Amino acid sequence: MSTATRSASGTSAPQDTVRVERRLSRSATVGLYLAGIALGAGLSALTGFAVTSTVVYGVILGTLAVYVTSRAVEGRRKATDRLVTCLVTTAFGIAMVPLVSLVWTVLSKGLARLDGDFFGMSMFRIVGEGGGAYHAILGTVIITLLATAISVPIGLLTAIYLVEYGTGRLKRGITFFVDVMTGIPSIVAGLFAFALFTLLFGNDFRAGVMGAVALSVLMIPVVVRSCEEVLKLVPNELREASYALGVPKWRTVVKVVLPTAIAGLGTGVTLAIARVVGETAPLLITVGLITGTNLNPFDGRMATLPVFAFYQLTQPGTATQAFLDRAWTAALVLIILVMALNVVARLISRFFAPKTGR
Amino acid sequence: MTATKAPTERPAKQGAVRRPGDRIFAGSAKGSGIFILVVLAGVAAFLISEAIPALTAPAEDIPGGEGLASYIGPLVLGTLLAAVIALVVATPLAVGIALFVTYYAPRRIAAALGYVIDLLAAIPSVVYGFWGLAVMAPALVPFHEWAAEHLSWLPFFAGPTSASGRTMLTVGLVLGVMILPIISAIAREVFSQAPALHREAALALGATRWEMIRMAVLPYGKSGVIAGAMLGLGRALGETMAVAIILSGGAGATVNLISSSNPSTIASNIALRFPEATGVGVNTLIASGLVLFVITLAVNMLARWIVNRRADFSGAN
Repeated sequence: MSTATRSASGTSAPQDTVRVERRLSRSATVGLYLAGIALGAGLSALTGFAVTSTVVYGVILGTLAVYVTSRAVEGRRKATDRLVTCLVTTAFGIAMVPLVSLVWTVLSKGLARLDGDFFGMSMFRIVGEGGGAYHAILGTVIITLLATAISVPIGLLTAIYLVEYGTGRLKRGITFFVDVMTGIPSIVAGLFAFALFTLLFGNDFRAGVMGAVALSVLMIPVVVRSCEEVLKLVPNELREASYALGVPKWRTVVKVVLPTAIAGLGTGVTLAIARVVGETAPLLITVGLITGTNLNPFDGRMATLPVFAFYQLTQPGTATQAFLDRAWTAALVLIILVMALNVVARLISRFFAPKTGR
Repeated sequence: MTATKAPTERPAKQGAVRRPGDRIFAGSAKGSGIFILVVLAGVAAFLISEAIPALTAPAEDIPGGEGLASYIGPLVLGTLLAAVIALVVATPLAVGIALFVTYYAPRRIAAALGYVIDLLAAIPSVVYGFWGLAVMAPALVPFHEWAAEHLSWLPFFAGPTSASGRTMLTVGLVLGVMILPIISAIAREVFSQAPALHREAALALGATRWEMIRMAVLPYGKSGVIAGAMLGLGRALGETMAVAIILSGGAGATVNLISSSNPSTIASNIALRFPEATGVGVNTLIASGLVLFVITLAVNMLARWIVNRRADFSGAN
């Protein structure tokens, strides 16, 4: 009806007409994009077909096809919107490439030596094939547990201070410097541990505990931050109910606040362990590497998995391939370890979550 | 009489009852907090005390034989170069990823996609080094040759190209992948906190999704993105193992990204030289570590200051 009235006065003011909203359907957009990729494949075939150039040309041409068509059909604003959608999706796709490539590479190269010997033998008196990372895995476990034993009490108590007791300047100062500490380069933490123990015990002192101290410097701020966030989530009503019953503050914290937050605390600590278990640099310059098994963290060098992997890769002996195989398998075990810790962290937060009843 | 009076008088004088348990617990909590500050000060103090012999040593005793400044100078240049490449590559990508996860991906899988990106942060840096050496470096060799052919008028691509691809450019790109999850995690958080009223108002006025993001989300998240980028920069500056494995470092101070004689970075130089260093060599390396510590500390403090300033004004908490 309205079009009829307008066509009557149409000749006098043609720009008044309501523009019909023309839109590209979803299938049309996807079709255009795919056409662009097909064109890209063709272009790539001209210069000698390769997957990389197909994808690169295809994504560029597909994006262009969608943009140009949308600009012609829907107008400038809609076209810009579609262009950004394409770009943002591409950004996500680009980020997936290294992840997939990395996991694939480590899997395909690391599976060769993922056998019983790798977990059951050390490198003691082994110069060629065979051997394993038994000593390095145990070393990593011991040093990481030691670092956890140092970091968790300090980190948890600091978090309790920040949430339950802290006021004013000191609280703000600690919060700020804990954040800053998160950014300390791992190698600097290693140098700190080295300098500390050199001053205390002389130049040639080497022990697993040096590595544990270095890892603690990296781990404490992570523990503090995650525990602080979790403790803040405990409802104040619980604390007030406890005080109203005449319970002292410290018992309230220990018996009410901490049990309520235990799931989050467990998750936070596990993630902090996952963060430091793959650290190489501080262990490289403090603990070093040995070929035999040393289970005493207070005397002598120890082997750790990341350092073991590093030296197997960079200093292969005469049987190069055997060393490379061991290096990649060590990298694979390291990734599995970190991923397992991440999964455990999620399971903890799921199964130990407080029963709210709401 | 006395029974009713005593309780009202006592709290007025000395506050709540202080039990020994309370005092011990509060004291140990406070003590741990202060201990952390002491550790941070200790890091600086021990590094300085171990670096002093290198500062006072005669120039010819320093490795390289030309004094401390000319030993650390090229390393600082290399560190900055690698970190800046990583930042330039990672920041736009991270912003795109954050926008995709918060506003473009289907709601149901958005959280899972965010988790997948976070997986990139969980991979140990030594494994990134392995991957960079085995996959990234060979894959980038054709690009190196192309850049040397077409972009050689830029000092960064002057060539001659490295045949192995173990160059500053490769290192920068690998570092970019490593800091991608850090920047995108923070960007994601601030983008998702953009006020819903602003977003809905923009959409109600007929804005397209991109216009809504440009007008309501990006201005709100700008300082968060900057802070995230600086935290990523701090991480890239201190990254050790990936650089140590990938880069075939020479000693020359050059900005040429694609040749085989790149300057090394401070962190990787320490990791590679420290196990064999003796005497003043150890002190020199610790002195270079001190320089790295100061640079990263400054970058991190600046980033935290920006984050905190934003938190004060946003009203989100």
